[in-house]
Amino acid sequence: MIGQPCNDLRPLQEILDRYPREEAALIQVLQDVQRAYNYLPSDAIEKVAEGLGVPLARVYSVATFYKAFTLTPRGKTLVKVCLGTACHIRGAKQLVEEVERVAGIKPGETTPDRSLTLETVNCVGACAMAPVVIVGAKYHGGVKTADIRTILGSAASLAK
Amino acid sequence: MRIDSRAAFDAAVQAAKEKVTGRKRQVFVCCGTGCLANGSAAVAEAFAQQIAEKGLDVSLGLFLKRTGCHGFCQRGPLVVVQPEGVLYTRVRPLDVTEILDQTVANGHCVERLVYRDPSTKAPVPKYADIPFYANQTRVAMRNIGKVDPADIEDSLANGAYAGLVRALNDLSPDEVIAEVERAGLRGRGGAGFPTARKWRATAMAKGERKFVICNGDEGDPGAFKDRSILEGDPHSVIEGMVIGAYAVGAHEGFVYVRDEYPLAVVHLGVAIAQAREWGLLGKNILGTGFDFDIKVSRGGGAFVCGESSALMRSLEGKVGEPRAKYVHASERGLYDCPTVLNNVETWSDVSAILARGGDWFARWGTEKSKGTKAFSLVGKVKNTGLIELPMGMTLRRIIFDIGGGILKDRPFKAVQTGGPSGGCLPESCLDLPVDYEQLTAAGSMMGSGGMIVMDDRTCMVDVARYFLRFLVEESCGKCVPCREGLRQMLAIYDRILEGRGRPDDIGRIERLARGMKLGSLCELGKSAPNPVLSTLRYFRDEYVAHIERGECPAGMCRALTRYEIITEKCTGCHLCTRACPTGAIVGKPKQKHAIDQGKCISCGACYDVCRDDAIRFGGRGRPEVAAAAQ
Repeated sequence: MIGQPCNDLRPLQEILDRYPREEAALIQVLQDVQRAYNYLPSDAIEKVAEGLGVPLARVYSVATFYKAFTLTPRGKTLVKVCLGTACHIRGAKQLVEEVERVAGIKPGETTPDRSLTLETVNCVGACAMAPVVIVGAKYHGGVKTADIRTILGSAASLAK
Repeated sequence: MRIDSRAAFDAAVQAAKEKVTGRKRQVFVCCGTGCLANGSAAVAEAFAQQIAEKGLDVSLGLFLKRTGCHGFCQRGPLVVVQPEGVLYTRVRPLDVTEILDQTVANGHCVERLVYRDPSTKAPVPKYADIPFYANQTRVAMRNIGKVDPADIEDSLANGAYAGLVRALNDLSPDEVIAEVERAGLRGRGGAGFPTARKWRATAMAKGERKFVICNGDEGDPGAFKDRSILEGDPHSVIEGMVIGAYAVGAHEGFVYVRDEYPLAVVHLGVAIAQAREWGLLGKNILGTGFDFDIKVSRGGGAFVCGESSALMRSLEGKVGEPRAKYVHASERGLYDCPTVLNNVETWSDVSAILARGGDWFARWGTEKSKGTKAFSLVGKVKNTGLIELPMGMTLRRIIFDIGGGILKDRPFKAVQTGGPSGGCLPESCLDLPVDYEQLTAAGSMMGSGGMIVMDDRTCMVDVARYFLRFLVEESCGKCVPCREGLRQMLAIYDRILEGRGRPDDIGRIERLARGMKLGSLCELGKSAPNPVLSTLRYFRDEYVAHIERGECPAGMCRALTRYEIITEKCTGCHLCTRACPTGAIVGKPKQKHAIDQGKCISCGACYDVCRDDAIRFGGRGRPEVAAAAQ
C-alpha cells in the first residue's frame, strides 16, 4: 500500500453515502476525501475502491494523475504561490524562494510541526493582482518578498 | 415560483423589473475573487450595517448589491454608486460613511477615491468615462458587475432567459442552429471552431442519449475570463446550455469547473437551483415539454483536461488522457454518446445571440472572426483586468489605450497570447488586428483570451522555459513526442539559461519542435512548441546573447547577470537594502551603498525598486559563468 493510513474512516463513510456507487463519482469523492483529511489516506483509498466498485489500481492512477490530490498529509495551513504567467513575470519565483527561506520548506514539503505546506500552482485566475500568494483561503495580491513574513504570520513556526 | 408559459415568463420579467426600478439608488460592491482578496467583503458588510442602522433603505430607497467582477481588479475593492455611475476604487470599510453621506445622500463625489488618469492625474469619476471601460463592448460579460449572481430576479430584469424563451417557443432546433451560424460564432475556448457546425453534427448524429458540456476548466495561466463569467453571471451560461441542448436534442448537461475556482462552483450551484425552481431548467422547461438538467463537476487540477476528449474522460471519473481526434465528440463523446462541448464564454454568447439575433452579433468583428471576445489583460501593463472587445481591435489600442501603457513607462517588449499553446508577439506586431487568423499567422493563437504584457525586464528565453516547465508537468504522458520532446527541450533551455548553451542548441530545439508538431496525439502536444518557436522567430538575438556571449539582455537570468550600484548616482535612500532578500546590500541610510557580490543572488529586486537609476546590470560573460559553474 502506498501512502499513509488515517485509521478513522467515519468521515469517509459520510462522503461515500452522498454519491452513487459508480466510477463517474470517483474524482468528486476523492476531492471530498482530500478536503476532509487534508490528503488521501491509504486505507481510505482502499475503501473508496470498494465503495464505488472501481479497481484499486484505477483509484491510485486517478489519485496520482490529478494535482488536487496528495498521498502524504498536508500541513494545517496550505500556502500556495501562484506561478501563472502574469505572476511569473512579476516575480513569483522570488516569492517561492522567500517562503522557502522563511519557513524552511521547499514546494511540496510540510514543516515538521505540520503547521504549513508550501505548494506552487499554475494559475489561480487572479492574474490582475499578480503576483498572488494564497494562505489558507485568503488571497494576497501584489505581494513583495518583504511581505512574505507578515503574510505567513502566525500560520507557522517560522525559521529564525 | 415556477414559470410554465411565455405569458408567465413575461409577467415574471415585468415583476422583476418593477422590483429593480423600485430601487431608487443603488450601491454595487464588487465581490469577484479579485476584489474579495482586496477586502470587499468587509466593505459590503460596512455598507449593509450602515444602511440598516440609518434606515437608508427606507429614507433614500438605497439598495446594496453584491455583484460579480467589474474587471478592473487591480484597483479593487470597487464600488459603484447608481444611478450616477460613479466608480470608487480601493475602497476601505472606513470610507463607507463618507460615500453614503457625500455621494448617496448629496450627490457629491468623494474625489480621493475616484480613478485618476495615469498620465494627466485628472480625476475621472464616471465609470463610463474611464478609458478602461469606455473602449469595451460587452456581450458575453454583459451582465457581470450589473447583477447579483445569487438573485435570479435581478438577472431576469436584465434580460436573462429571453433568448431561451424565443428559442423554445418560436424556433425549431434547426432554426436555432441557423441563428448561431448567422452570428458567425466560433469557439471561445481557443481553437475557434464554428459553433453551429459542431452543433449540427451532434444534432444529426444518431443516439438516444446526447450530452451538452460546458468547459470551465480554464487552465491557460494568465486567463480568468471564464472564472469571472461563472462567478458573476452564471445564468447566461445556464441559458446558453439549455438553448444548445434544445438545438442538438440533449437532455443531460455538465459544467466542468476548475477546482481552483471555488466561488464559481458556489455561484453556479445557487444559479442552477434557482433556475430549476423557476422552471427554466429541469423537467418541462417553460411548459414546453423540453427536459434538460445540468450537473456541476469539479476538475481535479490537470491542464490537459481543458482538451475536450480528456475532459470527457475526467467526467467519467477516469484519468484525463486525450484520445486521437479521428473519433469526433459530436458522434462519440461522453460515454461514447454524441456530445457538444463549448467554452463558458461561448455559452454566454449563445444566449445573447438568441435574444438579440445573429446579425446583431455579426456586426462586430472581422471577416472570419465575428462578434466580441473577452480577454484578461495582465502582466506589466498599468490597467490590469478583464475586458471584452470587438474582434479586430489592434494590440496597440488594447495595450496602450485600454491598458494605459506599460508599467513605470518602461519599453514594451512582447505580448503573450494563447497560454502554453500560444506565442509571444513583438513590437512589430502591435498593429495587428486581433482575430483568430491574424494571431495564428503571427505564430500565436487566440486561446483562452489571456494577454500577458511583457517589458524589457522580461527574458524571452526564460518565458519559453517557463511554458516548457509548465507543459512538462502537465503533459499526460500518453504519447512519446510530447512527453519526451518537452523534457529534452527543457534540458536544453536549462543549460542555455545557466550559461552552458551550445552553438548548435537553437537548431536542436527547432528539430525537436518540428517532431512534436508532427507526431503528438492531441493539441496540447502539437501546440506545445509554439512559445518556443515564436520566441525564436521574434527574439532570436536574445538566444544568441545567452548562448554566445553569456549574457541576459533583460538581466533576469541570475547565472548570467551581475548587478552593481553606480556610486555617483546612489542617494542612500536605503530602498534597495529593504528590498534585498539576502541582505547583500551594505551601506547606512543617506550614505553610498554597495552590493556584497558574495551574498548577491542576482535577483534584481534592488534594480526594480531603485528610483535614482543607480543600479545597473551586465552580463557576466561566458568565461566567468563557466568558471562559476566549475
